[in-house]
Amino acid sequence: MTVSRTALRPPSNRFDPRTVPWWRVQWLITTAVPVVPLAVLGLLIPPARLWLLVPAAAILVLGLAAALALPVWWHRVHRWEVTDTAVYTLTGYFWRTWRIAPMSRIQTVDTTQGPVQRSFRLSTVVVTTASSAGAVKLEGLDQEEAAALAERLTELTDATPGDAT
Amino acid sequence: MTELQPNSIGPDADTGEAAAPVDTGELWRRLHRDGLKVTALYMAGVMIGAGVPAAIAIGSGPGLLIALAFVVPGAALVIGAVVGYEAIRLRVTRYHVTDLRMEMHTGVLFKTRRSLMRERIRSVDLTANPLERVFGLAKVKVGTGETGSGSGSTSEQTLTLDSVDRDEAERLRTELLRRAAVDTGDDREQRLATWEPGWLKYAPLSFLTPMLAGAAVGGTFQVADWFGKGGLPVEIVGNLVEDHGPWTVLGLGLVGLLVLGAVASLALQGEAWWGHRLDREPGGTLRVRRGLLVSRSLSLEEERIRGIEIVEPLGVRSAGAGRLDVVAIGLKTDEQGSDLSTLVPAAPLPAVASAAEAVIGPVDCDLTVHPRTARTRRLRWAVIAVVILAIAATVPHLLWQLPALLSAAIVLAAVLSSAFSLWTAFDSYRSLGHALTARHLISRRGSTRRATVHLDRSGIIGWRITQSVFQQRMGLMTLDATTAAGKGHYAVIDADEHEILDFADEAVPDLLRPFLVRSPE
Repeated sequence: MTVSRTALRPPSNRFDPRTVPWWRVQWLITTAVPVVPLAVLGLLIPPARLWLLVPAAAILVLGLAAALALPVWWHRVHRWEVTDTAVYTLTGYFWRTWRIAPMSRIQTVDTTQGPVQRSFRLSTVVVTTASSAGAVKLEGLDQEEAAALAERLTELTDATPGDAT
Repeated sequence: MTELQPNSIGPDADTGEAAAPVDTGELWRRLHRDGLKVTALYMAGVMIGAGVPAAIAIGSGPGLLIALAFVVPGAALVIGAVVGYEAIRLRVTRYHVTDLRMEMHTGVLFKTRRSLMRERIRSVDLTANPLERVFGLAKVKVGTGETGSGSGSTSEQTLTLDSVDRDEAERLRTELLRRAAVDTGDDREQRLATWEPGWLKYAPLSFLTPMLAGAAVGGTFQVADWFGKGGLPVEIVGNLVEDHGPWTVLGLGLVGLLVLGAVASLALQGEAWWGHRLDREPGGTLRVRRGLLVSRSLSLEEERIRGIEIVEPLGVRSAGAGRLDVVAIGLKTDEQGSDLSTLVPAAPLPAVASAAEAVIGPVDCDLTVHPRTARTRRLRWAVIAVVILAIAATVPHLLWQLPALLSAAIVLAAVLSSAFSLWTAFDSYRSLGHALTARHLISRRGSTRRATVHLDRSGIIGWRITQSVFQQRMGLMTLDATTAAGKGHYAVIDADEHEILDFADEAVPDLLRPFLVRSPE
């Protein structure tokens, strides 16, 4: 084995701090989808009240806990970096995933913005290569920053010849 | 029928092709009209196959004459409709090949115009079923090898001519894949591998055997159900058990089913691979020709090959054999039952290795062994599986009073599965290994399906490195090389977390380097 111990250094950038409230809202929406119908039905159907309200309360508690804790955690853990040669991200803690897509193999650069993201002025940049497994997502960049980054990536990839396969 | 180009017609003026780009005088061609006869005969066969059971089923009630009165006109109507549709389709379908593109116009209800750039065409596949062979026809499938990102995009990028004269098919194949033929001095075909009938002995060892045996059982129940006697097979087995005792029936039944599956698997694989040969054609094209009844010819541009995979399913491996698959752009290798990517079917390993060498260059190489902790990890999974199996086998015994036969079968199944999962843990650890050669990254893994991939290092278009908390504690890491070819990513699983990063850094220089930190031990 090698004498020196090689390790990956984390990507340099954290995502925008506004991702924390954005993820919270997403969690709240995900929680509301099952909780609201359960609660409404529970209030309307007295015989089944217990069977509907207890699960609703349980999901609500779990959802609120997740909405409070997870986004802060994710903001600490998820990182990204774009150099002149590659896009580099790190996601997850229990299942850590590092993705590296070389600039020369990037095929498309997409910027997307959902309705919730728009209200937080955030954007997602998706970088795809010719591989079905090679997409790298940068979720939660400031929208101006994302636009500038997408432009820079497009310029960099246009400058590299070849069909990227 | 033996005319060379019977259907060529002049440039089409009657449909007003004003918008079409100016061609270089290449004619619009039509499909071969004998295709209609093939369709008619095929449909007649289908109708006889479907009509006879239907006639018997109806005939058992009101009588055979009445049954025939329904079935015969019905069949005639269906045949007429399909043949009529085909006749229109044959009339409206036209194709032509220009210097720049190949175009096809077709569609009975919806007109479709498909146009492929000549320079993007990566494969031309010819197939002919027995009927088509009688009439000297073949289907031509032209592919660009572009997978795209959408689900339906693969079908969008292919063009199928169903069907044309065999000579015309051959002419299209050579013309569409010509291109670089001029620069290579050697314009003779080079034989890379030839199938031997003796290799058929590996067919019964494939996973097809138990699958087909299972299908036979399912089929029996289905047929019994059609005749309204769905319970009959169970009754027969029940009677046999009473007469001969449970163990004889179980043992003989299993042996019988396996023999049946083996014969069926032998027949299927024999049909698929009879007369197989792998050639390299001038201009850098690999060509696989095979098939006893349905003759198939697959041509693959070497430019889009990104490596090979030697696959050894457990049964075949136990006989010292394996098959050779190609990792190529636009060939989906992960689809179940697809043998499109197979270059050489189950064959002795030396033969497979020499074919692999002929395709991508030297393949012999010593693999780096993975850390012992990788084996610990596999053993842990196996122990978990054993515990679950033990619980699954015990619970029914506690809950119900089971008949002796069923109880014995459950215990036997649990014991055998436990032994197998423990063996798999050791075996899959032994399989793990990775290495680099001058051009390729090699990774081997798997037990029931052991696969050794040789991936072209220049075809690696990114890394995906994963590490779970469990792996982290054991100092392991999984390196996934993403590529445009084959199944899209090929992994080196559970390697040493430091060594694998050096390995990745060496495999694709400069990609990972900026993100690595090296600290002394």
